[in-house]
Amino acid sequence: MKEIKEYEKDLASIRTMMERSVKFISLSGLSGVLSGIYALAGALTAYFLIYYPYSPYGFQFYFLTQETVIVKLLATAVAVLVLSLGTGYGLSLQKAKKLGVPIWNITSRQLLMDLLIPLATGGLFLLILISWEYYIIVAPTCLVFYGLALINGSRNTYDEVKYLGLTEIALGLTSALLPGYSLLFWATGFGVMHIVYGTAMHYRYDR
Amino acid sequence: MKNLFENLDKVLEHSVRLQIMSVLVANDSYDFNSLKDIVAVTDGNLASNLKSLEKEKYITFTKSFIDRKPNTRYKVTDRGRIVFKKHIDALEALVKQQKK
Repeated sequence: MKEIKEYEKDLASIRTMMERSVKFISLSGLSGVLSGIYALAGALTAYFLIYYPYSPYGFQFYFLTQETVIVKLLATAVAVLVLSLGTGYGLSLQKAKKLGVPIWNITSRQLLMDLLIPLATGGLFLLILISWEYYIIVAPTCLVFYGLALINGSRNTYDEVKYLGLTEIALGLTSALLPGYSLLFWATGFGVMHIVYGTAMHYRYDR
Repeated sequence: MKNLFENLDKVLEHSVRLQIMSVLVANDSYDFNSLKDIVAVTDGNLASNLKSLEKEKYITFTKSFIDRKPNTRYKVTDRGRIVFKKHIDALEALVKQQKK
């Protein structure tokens, strides 16, 4: 017969095992903060491409008629995406090493698949919208699909990801109701919210 | 007090087996190598504990090949799930009683 202390240890190990086997714990909060900063830089670039020297408020989507501007905007978006993914991967690799767990395990594969399906759907949908010149709805669509992807992936990682997802969906839907302000909503969703949630996750799990 | 100890499962009193069951209860299925990473024991140790869980019909497994490498996936059975639940309830009751 074992000591009570040992039973307590058993219970604690059950909890850790369940959590570690389901959650991708190598996700780094800092990478969220950095992607937020990239997104803000991207939004600023977009502001100069679309609105400058006017204010970013108001119903001004008709400025988007030149092909070159659209190509430049797409290039900015791709640059932000690639930088964010690269940073996210690099920092997760570092955290996994520190925690002594493999980065490529059953949980991270599951998480990746759960994220990729809504994200790829959203990406293709966006390309279709752009080809039909429905620019007015592009930023809200980004936010809504990204939010859905986060919620879909959240069962395999920290709870903050789910709340970030809900926030993005709310911002996306509001943005769809207020055409002309979408760059501001985009900057809030991808920039400010990433920084807020990333900082929270950093302080809660990474220290 | 005596009753509470009787509710503990003899097979699950072993910590490696308890950890394996925790992982399997929380996931649809889990493969051998991922289990080895997370429980952090040797191949032989893991295999023998899996075998004893399987003998009690707490878990089942399916064998397949991925890129010509054998891949064994383990799943908890309904019986395993019930026994596991009863075991942690008993553990919790014991710890709680001690704290009173």
